[in-house]
Amino acid sequence: MSNATSAHSVVEPSATTKRIAGIIVVLYAIVTMVPLAWIFMTSFKSPPDSISYPPKLVFTPTLEGYCNLFTTRTRQTPEYIQSLGPPQSTCDEITRSRNMVIAGPSNYWPRFTNSMVIAFGSTFLAVFLGTLAAYGFSRFRVPLADDLLFFILSTRMMPPIAVAIPIYLMYRELGLSDTALGMILLYTAVNVSLAVWLLKGFIDEIPREYEEAAMIDGYTRLQAFRKVVLPQATTGIAATAIFCLIFAWNEYAFAVLLTSGSAQTAPPFIPTIIGEGGMDWPAVAAGTTIFLVPILVFTILLRKQLLRGITFGAVRK
Amino acid sequence: MAEVTLTDISKAFGETQALSNVNLTVRDGEFVVLLGPTGSGKTTTLRLIAGLEKPDAGRVSIAGRDVVSEAPASRDVAFVFQQYSLYPHLTVYENLAFPLRSPARRLPETEIDARVREVAKMVRIDHKLENRSTKLSGGEMQRVAIGRALVRKPAIYLMDEPLSSLDAKLRGELRLELKRIQNEIGSTLLYVTHDQVEAMTMADRIGILAGGRLVQIGTPREIYSNPANLHVAARLGQPHINLIPEGLLPGGSAPTGTKTIGARTEHLEIVRSGQGNAEIDWIEHLGDQNHLHIKVGQHKLVTLADPYLAIGRGDRIDLKLRNPLYFDAGGQRLT
Repeated sequence: MSNATSAHSVVEPSATTKRIAGIIVVLYAIVTMVPLAWIFMTSFKSPPDSISYPPKLVFTPTLEGYCNLFTTRTRQTPEYIQSLGPPQSTCDEITRSRNMVIAGPSNYWPRFTNSMVIAFGSTFLAVFLGTLAAYGFSRFRVPLADDLLFFILSTRMMPPIAVAIPIYLMYRELGLSDTALGMILLYTAVNVSLAVWLLKGFIDEIPREYEEAAMIDGYTRLQAFRKVVLPQATTGIAATAIFCLIFAWNEYAFAVLLTSGSAQTAPPFIPTIIGEGGMDWPAVAAGTTIFLVPILVFTILLRKQLLRGITFGAVRK
Repeated sequence: MAEVTLTDISKAFGETQALSNVNLTVRDGEFVVLLGPTGSGKTTTLRLIAGLEKPDAGRVSIAGRDVVSEAPASRDVAFVFQQYSLYPHLTVYENLAFPLRSPARRLPETEIDARVREVAKMVRIDHKLENRSTKLSGGEMQRVAIGRALVRKPAIYLMDEPLSSLDAKLRGELRLELKRIQNEIGSTLLYVTHDQVEAMTMADRIGILAGGRLVQIGTPREIYSNPANLHVAARLGQPHINLIPEGLLPGGSAPTGTKTIGARTEHLEIVRSGQGNAEIDWIEHLGDQNHLHIKVGQHKLVTLADPYLAIGRGDRIDLKLRNPLYFDAGGQRLT
């Protein structure tokens, strides 16, 4: 639309309205970005800088937080450290300057990997099951469809943590406690209702004529679903996947309760990073910063679909 | 190409009886048009043949074999939908190739390519093959949709008001084109419409559907001049047929039992006269012709007149019947 027409348009907001809206958005963005910026800065501070008061905005950046995040260290005598050869890496050097040596890798990387496996695994399952269920509800005369859909939705009506204790007991009996499989199943169960409802909306908007045409053209229903429905539902599927992933990635309560060792995810692990004499804040901040990266990348990759997902149907096509 | 037969087909959707006891044969190479208002069961008939619906009773046979239990894919029919006809995520070329690439056919790509290009030329879309199907105009989309049916050589082409979403000019063009293509390839075609012009100009035979029943089937000429009842008579003719009570106008010879007389333009004779039995109420000038609105007592009639006929509003005329159509109290035709 050209400027000339938009200036007189009744539906287009005026320039002033747009400016005010812009200012509000920028202010809101600043408010939400401050904690992130804080964490990002803290991850590059030295431990004394990270707890200094008033907080330092200008400081000498160091990788100490990241080194501490990925390693465990032991204190040694200066004589012992001097007896070692030249430092192998930057982290080696930083650690030695604190009169310590690297004893081995920390648990951060395995926990991060757990998070990846559990979050992406459950997202895939939830979206996969959700797509099939949504297609079924959208296209077939399912007996009691409305009741079933309400029942599916009702699993979201209580806070998940309300069922934490029964699930904890159940998982202990089933041997699913502290297993990646258990966490994947749990997050899938929570997410699948969201997935079914979101995707049903998207699939409802795809006219059935497309599939009918494909079926007449020599495809079975399943082939028509794959060739015609899926390509048109990608927007909805991508949006749903992001929502599911964000939930599974950030989930804390169940993770604390049900995982402690081999299947522990990053959220319950990060706060337990303790340095000498208290919390190692730069390492915690470094852990958080890295933890943000996958969701950031995923969201940026799918941001177009996410926007459409949020505005739902309103701006499609 | 093959003959398609519906035998005693009935179909209900919940409380609504969509079709009852329909018998219809589309002969090999024939162009049959089903004409009827919305809700008369036209689309349901097509969907039953295609296998998108299952009949409650009756048989559907294509080339002599009963197909009721067969999936749409194995029935060997092609369908052109009223709208949403093209796959939006594919290009024109891919849309046209889609039926040929189906697992049911699996043609070699070189053959597909040849077919697609041949059909694209036939429906005059060969210059836009690489376009996204959503980037086409309405007429182009519908041409591609028809093309997607034509790339195959099915037993029968089923078309569900393929031209209804187009503007009048385009509709006229595509109407001719479709008839030309059908003549060229000699295909069996069942076409559904509520547009009497499409029915009259394209059909070998017209079937009139009303309330889920096939009321009459015959050549356009037969349906027009020899309608079985009031409903059929009212479907065809422009302006709309005039239905007047027996005895209102002189002329003709009504058989006993006549309740209603149907008078089209060609059944009315107009003579200017000071003492006439009718009065010109209004004249609509359409350019090439005039619509005369005539008042006979309380009754209003519409007929066509030559634009050179020197007649004006308020003029008295003598109106006489000439071989009109006679209907009994139940609306059935009397001869």
